[in-house]
Amino acid sequence: MQIQLNGEPRDLAPDLTVAQLVDDLGLSGRRIAVERNEEIVPKSEHDATRLADGDRIEIVHAIGGG
Amino acid sequence: MTDFFQDQPLRIAGHAFTSRLLVGTGKYKDFDETAEAIAASGAEVVTFAVRRTNLGQEDGPNLLDVVPPERFTLLPNTAGCYTAKDAVRTCKLARELLDGHKLVKLEVLGDDSTLYPNVVETLKAAEELIRDGFDVMVYTSDDPIVAQELERLGCCAIMPLGSLIGSGHGIQNPHNIRLIIEHANVPVLVDAGIGTASDAAMAMELGCDGVLMNSAIAHARQPVLMASAMKKAVEAGREAFLAGRMPRRQSADPSSPFAGRING
Repeated sequence: MQIQLNGEPRDLAPDLTVAQLVDDLGLSGRRIAVERNEEIVPKSEHDATRLADGDRIEIVHAIGGG
Repeated sequence: MTDFFQDQPLRIAGHAFTSRLLVGTGKYKDFDETAEAIAASGAEVVTFAVRRTNLGQEDGPNLLDVVPPERFTLLPNTAGCYTAKDAVRTCKLARELLDGHKLVKLEVLGDDSTLYPNVVETLKAAEELIRDGFDVMVYTSDDPIVAQELERLGCCAIMPLGSLIGSGHGIQNPHNIRLIIEHANVPVLVDAGIGTASDAAMAMELGCDGVLMNSAIAHARQPVLMASAMKKAVEAGREAFLAGRMPRRQSADPSSPFAGRING
């Protein structure tokens, strides 16, 4: 299946969870937040949330700004 | 503050702060300089931006290691948002990022070249965020009527620009800032436009409750030294405001007495 990840297309194995995606990206344990189709996916639901073809996923973090 | 005078804390949405200088974390050379400048500024409230992670290069240090939420009151901003919708999404991401944190700096911008606030979208976003339980410190124009409307919606601090973001032009319309302060029942902070220490002192002498800045420190030739200068300027301006300036006079008034002069 294919999703949009931070605005870029990305091919993924079917039935991947948000937690597995975060882990595959090397982001486990880092201070991030995940949005799926413009809805927050709380950390407590990363394990249970399965991605679907066409999902738009945003993974964000804190950077310098004023 | 001086040892013979104890100021009231700056109270925003249930928080109480000793420092009235709030600082951003953008435009620094590296995280070491960021940390040193923030320490020199004495700031307790620190703003940051929310952005997409750089996929494939995740090993670098994270800003939140430099300004840990346990030590600072973090103020996520919505910089770069041009619509109420994007600003609301960004605040929700920030709340998730910081485990339920409610305090945000709302800014909805009008265009790339002025970064002037789009007040229509700002009002929409403020209303939605407040309904959703956020504490909203709002960046806005120096229009006193817009400021009153934002307060009426429930914003916990009104933050008019002194001049354009990153311009360093200081406070271009002190009369409007004064009008906003006179009518406000929530803290008013000048946010944007501060160029040097005297601008920060001026904001405080006008009666602002605080000042928020980033570029004035980060783009100084010596940012850490400027951070220290800004700390003093905000304190000096605050004390001068509380002390109350002398009346202006049209003619001179000698400080030394006329009586007893040897040529009298």
